[in-house]
Amino acid sequence: MTNASTASTASATATTLPERSRTAADRAGTGTPGTGERRTGRPPQRERQGAAWVFLSPWVLGASVLTLLPMAVSLYLSFTDYNLFDPPSWIGLRNYVQMFTEDPRMLRSVGNTLLYVVIAVPLQLALALGTAVALKSMKRGRNFYRSAFYAPSLLGASMSVALVWRAIFNDGGTVDNLLSGVGVHIGGWVNHPGWALLAVALLTVWQFGAPMVIFLAGLQQIPRDMYEAASVDGAGRWRKFISITLPMLSPVLFFNLVLQTIQSFQVFTPAFAVSSGRGGPADSTLFYTLYLYERGFTASHMGYASAMAWVLLVAIALVTAVLFRTSRSWVFYANEGDR
Amino acid sequence: MSVTDTAPAENTTGKNTTGKNTNASSTGSRRRRPVNWPRVALHTSALAVLVVLLYPLAWLVATSFKPADEVLASLALLPSRLATENYGTAAEGIEGVTLLQLFGNSLTISLGAVLGNVLSCSLAAYAFARLRFTLRGPLFAFMIATIMLPHHAVLIPQYIVFNQLGMVNTFWPMVLPKFLATDAFFVFLIVQFMRGLPRELDEAAKIDGCGPFGIFFRVVLPLTRPALITTAIFTFIWTWNDFFTQLIYLFEPDKYTLTLALRTFVDTSSQSAYGPMFAMSVFALLPIVLFFLAFQRLLVEGMANSGLKG
Repeated sequence: MTNASTASTASATATTLPERSRTAADRAGTGTPGTGERRTGRPPQRERQGAAWVFLSPWVLGASVLTLLPMAVSLYLSFTDYNLFDPPSWIGLRNYVQMFTEDPRMLRSVGNTLLYVVIAVPLQLALALGTAVALKSMKRGRNFYRSAFYAPSLLGASMSVALVWRAIFNDGGTVDNLLSGVGVHIGGWVNHPGWALLAVALLTVWQFGAPMVIFLAGLQQIPRDMYEAASVDGAGRWRKFISITLPMLSPVLFFNLVLQTIQSFQVFTPAFAVSSGRGGPADSTLFYTLYLYERGFTASHMGYASAMAWVLLVAIALVTAVLFRTSRSWVFYANEGDR
Repeated sequence: MSVTDTAPAENTTGKNTTGKNTNASSTGSRRRRPVNWPRVALHTSALAVLVVLLYPLAWLVATSFKPADEVLASLALLPSRLATENYGTAAEGIEGVTLLQLFGNSLTISLGAVLGNVLSCSLAAYAFARLRFTLRGPLFAFMIATIMLPHHAVLIPQYIVFNQLGMVNTFWPMVLPKFLATDAFFVFLIVQFMRGLPRELDEAAKIDGCGPFGIFFRVVLPLTRPALITTAIFTFIWTWNDFFTQLIYLFEPDKYTLTLALRTFVDTSSQSAYGPMFAMSVFALLPIVLFFLAFQRLLVEGMANSGLKG
């Protein structure tokens, strides 16, 4: 599931502000012409409020019954022992303590997931940025390549591609053959505890098209005269990339970084396919969500799984917060001076 | 990667080359145009990347036509003969459920989700984009925050609720939430699009006697069509590809989707199952590929805008 928008979050809330003040002005405007006007002016206002809630009602119902309430319930369940059939029994922090002190597989899954995020996200973003810069300079065929490179992002989440991946990285698969051809004998990556995780990470890298498209759109917004001015000053390509492209693109880079990081924490399908749903070999592809699924839905430890879900939620919130904090020192907003 | 290296070169010279070329031709080098090596390198590397990217898909299609003894043994990409029997076996489906029914189940869920998302997200988006109501700011912020909420945080209680309602092993858990605008990403996408529509149209409709509902259905909704199509296609593809939710909620074979049917192959290691498995995989990818070919522009731009607008 691709989620979006963190960079846009900040700016989206920024755009609501002027609008809100505009309404205030509107209201003041309709109010001034006289008391008669105001009397007729008010009921429609209330009517429109009513209309707004009618439009919002599906969302309000969904947000409360399918989001807020479940979040609260899942927090409650995380302090209980619950197997779906017997009523939950309160055990305090037991689940959390067990997670971090008595469950090596849980810690293993945390380690695997972090390792995967640290490998897959930078590789994917570097490739996305590189291709975007290359495509931007292309005159003929740019749109073709843009679409073609984007295609894997739509297909990559499917079970079909995950199964192909498993076969390609299996014993005697394409990768094994290619590497054996140059004298590297690893065998099938998916059967090798040291390499299986990398195979899954490469599936993520394969889907670099989505961030690439976003990078490309960002590149096209950098004013051309900036590069021309730099050329006049004698700057070389590399210098221009470092001093113009990177800073001007940093908000988009930040957006992609947050987005891909959050998504990567939740990777499930490829790990499931590669390891037959068990996280092998030797737990090397036991990702956090895979273990959560196993605890909750295979072993029926719903309380424990709820605790894991909340730890994931807090971890994602923390990582996002840290990224936002560090962004102050490296993300450059060109129009900040205007505000 | 060579793609990266050549890029800034092209970037800077892109505009100037035309100038240089005209100079060159005027001095008499009309006989032969100099080869633009950076450009050649650029196109070569783009082509190379394309080949690597498309290889798994080509492999999938080729393997789906391979006879059982060639699937793993043969190193050649192309099969020695077209083993169409794989598709025959795939059509029989799994555990007594035909491929057609699996396809139908996937289609029902995906179309239900599309209908739900387009309806509910556009309604909510209109309220956020155009109407005034108390708590609008905080509710909008909350909506945005739910975009980043990991699904797992609500998973188990949702499962309990659907279990209580007797909806486990039905399609409802996949479809019903979509009618309640739980995919906040699409609400946001449509809000952003609606904000770009000129307000004068609303005002004109209001003068003509339209209420908020009239404005929404007659003016705003028709103009929002591109965003609605983007929402529909992305919803279709993501629901079609979805594995986790289906894995949790559907467990009887007659309710299986294509994704779940493929999942049953995960445990098999017998060679004879490989051909049919990949034939079925081709079927599972087909609708996405067709959607992509038909709407690639809209999809690519929808993705590009998700990061930049607003």
